[in-house]
Amino acid sequence: MNSTLFDKVWDAHVVRKIEGGPDVFFIDRHLIHEVTSPVAFLGLKNRGIKVMEPQRTFATADHNTPTINQHLPVEDPLSANQLKALEENSKEHGIIHWGLGHENNGIVHVVGPENGITLPGATIVCGDSHTSTHGAFGAIAFGIGTSEVEMVLSTQCIMQPKPKKMRINVEGKLNKAVTPKDVALYIISQLSTSGATGYFVEYAGNVFEEMSMEGRMTVCNLSIEMGARGGMIAPDQKTFEYIKGRKFTPKGADWDKAMEYWKTLKTDDDATFDKEYTFNAADIEPMITYGTNPGMGMGISNHIPSSDEVKDGKATYEKSLKYMNYDQGDSMIGKDIDFVFVGSCTNGRIEDFRAFASIVKGKKKADNVTAWLVPGSHKVEAQIREEGILDILTESGFDLREPGCSACLAMNDDKVPAGKYAVSTSNRNFEGRQGPGSRTLLASPLVAAAAAVTGKVTDPRELMS
Amino acid sequence: MAYDKFNILQTSAYPLPIENVDTDQIIPARFLKATERKGFGDNLFRDWRYSADNSPKMDFPLNDPKYSGKILIGGRNFGSGSSREHAAWAVYDFGFRCVISSFFADIFKGNCLNIGVLPVQVSEEFLQEIFEAIYDNPNTEIKVDLPNQTVTLMSTGKSESFEINSYKKQNMLNGFDDIDYLQNMKGEIQEFVKSRPF
Repeated sequence: MNSTLFDKVWDAHVVRKIEGGPDVFFIDRHLIHEVTSPVAFLGLKNRGIKVMEPQRTFATADHNTPTINQHLPVEDPLSANQLKALEENSKEHGIIHWGLGHENNGIVHVVGPENGITLPGATIVCGDSHTSTHGAFGAIAFGIGTSEVEMVLSTQCIMQPKPKKMRINVEGKLNKAVTPKDVALYIISQLSTSGATGYFVEYAGNVFEEMSMEGRMTVCNLSIEMGARGGMIAPDQKTFEYIKGRKFTPKGADWDKAMEYWKTLKTDDDATFDKEYTFNAADIEPMITYGTNPGMGMGISNHIPSSDEVKDGKATYEKSLKYMNYDQGDSMIGKDIDFVFVGSCTNGRIEDFRAFASIVKGKKKADNVTAWLVPGSHKVEAQIREEGILDILTESGFDLREPGCSACLAMNDDKVPAGKYAVSTSNRNFEGRQGPGSRTLLASPLVAAAAAVTGKVTDPRELMS
Repeated sequence: MAYDKFNILQTSAYPLPIENVDTDQIIPARFLKATERKGFGDNLFRDWRYSADNSPKMDFPLNDPKYSGKILIGGRNFGSGSSREHAAWAVYDFGFRCVISSFFADIFKGNCLNIGVLPVQVSEEFLQEIFEAIYDNPNTEIKVDLPNQTVTLMSTGKSESFEINSYKKQNMLNGFDDIDYLQNMKGEIQEFVKSRPF
């Protein structure tokens, strides 16, 4: 036995190997949303075929949904058209559809795990790169393009060459105020945005073992930002407890049978990887990005590196700093900000709002800051209310919005204006990602909270007792 | 969808010597709201190509009349970021049939192959030679020979071979797509489904 976790799950899903070609790879769960599916359904229509396994397909509206007044008709006609297409296509093909207002609605990568759609040992795809999130449960999960969405709808398979294998170990004790987001941003800063291209990553070590399921999802979510196809973590007791009893989780005898299988899902001691990295948890501090890709991050108390210190090319680096209007050698602490965004499939879960509230409790939102607090799903929203977090937020001057992808990619009205700075818990700081001309600083919910109450980039450790 | 066959392409090219070009730049999210696969070329590199008042930025290569052709030459790690196939559609819709770079992000590369745009990976040195040749003479032609898997800079005769999965190569040469293949093995897939535990 010398198989990795990834090998075990991958090999169990190969329907046919093609000589010199990709594997015909079976997909257990297909998640769809309104943006990358309409053209795929159009393709099916043109070919005159139906969805092969509608019961393995789940639809939710998230990318361009408004975060206020969701009970009213969607104003943007193009967004409304996509949402309507998702609803009609789902109905026509017998697919479960969670539209706006449905109790299970929310960001596709938040509602999948919440409803037990995401299971260990499963293969999960979605027309969205952050599908890697689901790897937190020991699933092989990755983003696909619309042609592949059409493939999965029509045949429940895709044609996929098997990626190479990488293991990333983080061992030791995490420092104060260091969250899973910081661990992920640290790894990306070390590997760069292309450091894991062509690989599928397994995260190992005590830091991930001790992490909550929410934290593991944050880490796996960000795998794509270092170029990896996906990331995964071996399922353990914490995983099984999380999924037990959820809506689509196997029940009774099926559960027992599944558990027997799931317990085998770990990398054998003598298995090898194509590449392996080990990091020391003690080297990680709360992180923040200063540039225009997620690899341009650093410990919050550091200074922006000079061009000869960075891994990416000099031209990219200079273009990036010019866009951000920063200089090499600058400290990020004390930098002006205008917006704070907490949400997205990276940090829109209950744990993230707990963290945010732990800092803002008893303090007031800074006047110069517009804060968008957007839960990842209705279930997260309900939990925020039930746990009394909403009261803390309200007393501090914050509003809670309705769930969706929101300002992460700004397909709805939540756009950061040109030239303005946003501290965001989302996943990408690309030019214009949060609105044309917007400038994004990626950070954890703790860093976002510290910025929200002080009105500038602030080390959260200063506000923690 | 099936697409035009790709065999040998010899044209001039547009240079875009920027590293880590992400899909948000290739096609910003606000242009992803169509429910049909057309018209994306107008917004290819929208925010780099046009000012906020929609006037074209003439120093951006795609607006520069001295450049032409069906090949886009991009910097290292081209196509990073999201899985939006719209990025590949925009590249195709603008008129490109081939993108040359020294490194591609995975999903973008896969999306290109699925819609009939050939991603060609060359060495960093050759990429820089191509850029320089185009700057010396914007009419410089590049020959991309899929059957022989070579890319040649016509002005110097310098050539490099490139890799492509043999199955994908056959698809590109014949204008087939994966769904054509998978449709023919539906029985085998249906048998496989029965073995799945959930």
